Amino acid sequence: MAQDIPYKSRVRIEAEAICDGFISAGAARFETDILLQAEVLLDLYGEDIRARAYVTTDPERGEMMLRPDFTVPVVQYHMAGDGFPASYTYFGEVFRKQEDHPDRRSEYLQVGYEEFGGANAAAADADVFGQFSGALAPLGLRAATGDIGILIAMVEGLNTTDDRRAALMRHIWRPARFTALVKRFAGLTPVPPSRAALLAADTEMPEGGVMIGLRSEREIATRIAALRADAAQPRMSSEIVDLIAAVLAVSETCPNALERLRDIAVDLPGLLPALDRFEARCEAMQQRGIDVDALPFEASYGRTSMEYYDGFVFGFYSETRPDLPPVATGGRYDALTRRLGQGRENPAVGGVIRPDVVLELGGLR
Amino acid sequence: MTIKLGVPSKGRLMEKTFDWFGARGVTLSRTGSDREYAGTVGGVDGVDLVLLSAGEIPRELAAGRIHLGVTGNDLIQEKLVQWDQKVEPLAPLGFGFANLIVAVPQCWVDVDTLDDLDGAAAAFRTRHGFRMRIATKYHRLVRDYLRRGGVADYQLVDSQGATEGTVKNLTAEAIADITTTGETLRANHLKILDERPVLESQATLFRSRVAEKSDADRVVLRTLIDRLGV
Repeated sequence: MAQDIPYKSRVRIEAEAICDGFISAGAARFETDILLQAEVLLDLYGEDIRARAYVTTDPERGEMMLRPDFTVPVVQYHMAGDGFPASYTYFGEVFRKQEDHPDRRSEYLQVGYEEFGGANAAAADADVFGQFSGALAPLGLRAATGDIGILIAMVEGLNTTDDRRAALMRHIWRPARFTALVKRFAGLTPVPPSRAALLAADTEMPEGGVMIGLRSEREIATRIAALRADAAQPRMSSEIVDLIAAVLAVSETCPNALERLRDIAVDLPGLLPALDRFEARCEAMQQRGIDVDALPFEASYGRTSMEYYDGFVFGFYSETRPDLPPVATGGRYDALTRRLGQGRENPAVGGVIRPDVVLELGGLR
Repeated sequence: MTIKLGVPSKGRLMEKTFDWFGARGVTLSRTGSDREYAGTVGGVDGVDLVLLSAGEIPRELAAGRIHLGVTGNDLIQEKLVQWDQKVEPLAPLGFGFANLIVAVPQCWVDVDTLDDLDGAAAAFRTRHGFRMRIATKYHRLVRDYLRRGGVADYQLVDSQGATEGTVKNLTAEAIADITTTGETLRANHLKILDERPVLESQATLFRSRVAEKSDADRVVLRTLIDRLGV
């Protein structure tokens, strides 16, 4: 009697087939280690990654991490190369702790496709989205799209101080904290008593006790000076607060979203270059045969994912199985290549598919 | 089979636990020499006393090797993922109070809130080239707390003891630790952030949701819980 093909083998077969599809589209096959140096990942993602990745120690090499995704190794690989445009595909195990969803797998396969160096960003975005959309078409998934670049342009274009813009930029990926900052700058939340007392103190540096630790008196004085300078600034106007809320609330089909954002840009012209890029992407998608008129766009989409995406972001979801994790996610991460490129940068866009979720939904083969 | 009750094996936590049960007609006592971790339960039949380190009681409850256990809810929440599906708190015991808090040097006159801590962390990273270090042994609880508080650009460094000394020793910039009176913090020139604590903890009687029980065990457990009035 023939035995059933083991589950893991079926997932692997599914992964190979998807990967082969990307190879026939011209991608080179990429492979990397499972044990990665933790430092670069921690530096990039911050402490939160520890809650999601398995960290272990090697007596010689220090802290190591079980590969939480392929993005960092593939960027490092490409950036160490000759710099010519290239596309890569890969599949392999990734490891994520599932403290909030113990029923979900902590070890699973990811299939990825990444494009580097495409001089025409709109065309590269459209191509990557098209590759994923095409590969996953048989599953009838719901697509979600967004654009972190529009949010970055929004913050850069705000009529406020550099420090406030920098603080908001730092928290684009933490929506609750971002909103709290906006409210504070606008004077909508009461100033904590401790802050009020500090601002009111008549000395430059209030008495605080013995100086201990690495953070010096000068650093403390610098921050106090910055806080006082900020307090002397006018509050962020309610018009700006409303504009931010209006941008973040946009959730329409792509053409309607573009039109709505163009309306908002009348009062926030800093958005325009990013909106031109959005429009160019829509056109490139149209040319690639993607039904842009029906494609949803949410301005806030992708804000809570990994904070390396800085442009177009997308995901594919099963509408019949909302309990499952997204089938695929991806986006543009030019800034990441800059951070890992040691002085060089290269436009990059890509994404990953979960073959186990594909299989759960009936498979593509 | 018997019902197994896990209790801290030494110190004031053990004595106060014995007192709490004693006041409800259940006599817990150690047997043998002072050094032997064995004990008996009087006043109710079919219950075994298991003396354990308070830090091991969460794991034993979650594994179902003990049916009831006394430990701090700080340890339960730090050590057990989805703790509320594994154990049920039956009663706070009114002692062993401690708060898990975040503390920074007193000389940081510009830092009193999580908002301040985040601002200081951003500047610190720019200035020093690495993320601000917070020493703790409560990694999960503190990380979750700081994430919800919107603090970025920090890192947790492990400290299993003498955590209050890490700032002076330049191995951390701030700490997150258990405190009762705050005296050790003050002695080490640290101050507690003016925020709600990460966790308010006290000794608590927990029931394992997973420990196996015979019908006879169920009767014993019911009797014991009735006697304790919880």
